Amino acid sequence: MTTILQTEKLRVEYRSREMRQGTKLALRGLDLEVGAGEVFGFLGPNGAGKTTTMNVLLGFVPPTSGSASLFGIDVRQPIARQRIGYLPELTYYYKFLTAEELLRFYAKIFGLSRAITDQRIPELLKLVELESAAKRPIKSYSKGMQQRVGLAQALINDPDLLILDEPTSGLDPLGRMKVREIIQRLKNEGKTVFFSSHELGEVESVCDRVAIIHQGELKALGPVAEITGTHANLEKAFLEIVGFQMQPAS
Amino acid sequence: MRNIFAVAGVVMKELYRRKDFYVLFIVTILICVVMASINIYNDANVVRYLKEISLDLIWLCSLVIAVTTTARQIPAERENRTLMPLLAKPLTRAELILGKFLGCWLACGLALLCFYVFFGALAASREHDLRLLNYVQAAAMHWFMLGIIVALSLLGSLVFAAPSSNATICFVIIGGILFVGRHLDQQALKLHEPIRTVVYVLYFIIPHLEFYDMRDLVIHNWPLVAWKYIGLALGYGAFYMGVFLIGSCLVFHRKPVN
Repeated sequence: MTTILQTEKLRVEYRSREMRQGTKLALRGLDLEVGAGEVFGFLGPNGAGKTTTMNVLLGFVPPTSGSASLFGIDVRQPIARQRIGYLPELTYYYKFLTAEELLRFYAKIFGLSRAITDQRIPELLKLVELESAAKRPIKSYSKGMQQRVGLAQALINDPDLLILDEPTSGLDPLGRMKVREIIQRLKNEGKTVFFSSHELGEVESVCDRVAIIHQGELKALGPVAEITGTHANLEKAFLEIVGFQMQPAS
Repeated sequence: MRNIFAVAGVVMKELYRRKDFYVLFIVTILICVVMASINIYNDANVVRYLKEISLDLIWLCSLVIAVTTTARQIPAERENRTLMPLLAKPLTRAELILGKFLGCWLACGLALLCFYVFFGALAASREHDLRLLNYVQAAAMHWFMLGIIVALSLLGSLVFAAPSSNATICFVIIGGILFVGRHLDQQALKLHEPIRTVVYVLYFIIPHLEFYDMRDLVIHNWPLVAWKYIGLALGYGAFYMGVFLIGSCLVFHRKPVN
């Protein structure tokens, strides 16, 4: 299986704003490998280092040491991002543009031809059910609609790897179902999906493999069934791995 | 280049759709109309005063447009969190900076074109004479001066976090250069070492924006400036734009996105 995403001994240190604290270690030698066609769940409690890992993968934050690559290309090179789609946790786009204009702008950055763009935009707007609002400025959209625009922009270049940072956060049950459907569809098309989520039931239902990270360290990595092991579900396994002690009911 | 033009297109679209841009534009045109309609004692020289006042307004307005629109570009991207989805695409930070610069500079150029066309038409109707090439030289020099200001404001927006503080500092610097910069060499002669050297160095490193002030050429219908000097001044402006843009790219390259 071809490796699509790889990190080797990835370490990220942030300089703390308070001098007394010195530096804060966000990632401590993270080793990950995601193969082509996999749906990979990246889990961890808040502050575990999930978003930092994604920020390194997208070239937003330089690693202190170690390396990260997408499609075998160092993430610091912009060309590494040519075949990826990214949906941030909080989606904010140019509010003065319409959804159609936004997608056209991103298509230009990916270097898509006008013919492909003209074909792709209606397809995506249909997929995320925003056809009727395509010509309205994004500032008039609801939160769920903005999230759907985010999903459409992440798919504009027909990416081989989709990086989703808590894609269902803030969505209603219908919106969540739609995102799950899209992930499943991409999986069927042989695309690779790397996503973080706190919705462990959702992860269990769509992921091939998961990694659990805690305090910047990789705690578990493997197929969902293997991680779940003898536990009732992934959530129980997750809580044990991150060292959460269940309090007995009084 | 494709990415730079794509970013510039969005910048221009934003400026085009923002109402404050129109407010400045309309206010200037209204003032020009009012000024041009006044005719005190039927004195022919009044036209020159009107031209001067109208040109001062155009200068002030174009300066405000250039600084305020540029100063908020990158901070707004950070504040609105639109920077992350953008840089997650195959777009370099240098392309983003150049796109922002180009968009703001072209938008200023369009505004300037409208101002000069409108002003030229009003002035010609009063004077029954139109020295088109004078307007071309004045507008070209004015546009290049705005290019330097846009590049300077862009650099400032990466150094100072708040657009308001950046805009204020830029206005102070530009005002200082325009009103004091040209006299620094004479002031240096009155000073003792080492301050004299410092002031001299300052005189030679600041971009001399006063070179681009060709209002008198239009007001008094003076003969054209030799094109080779115009070319040199434009080259001088392009050099400073390059310096400020390289500085912006270097500063932005080291900034974390999140």
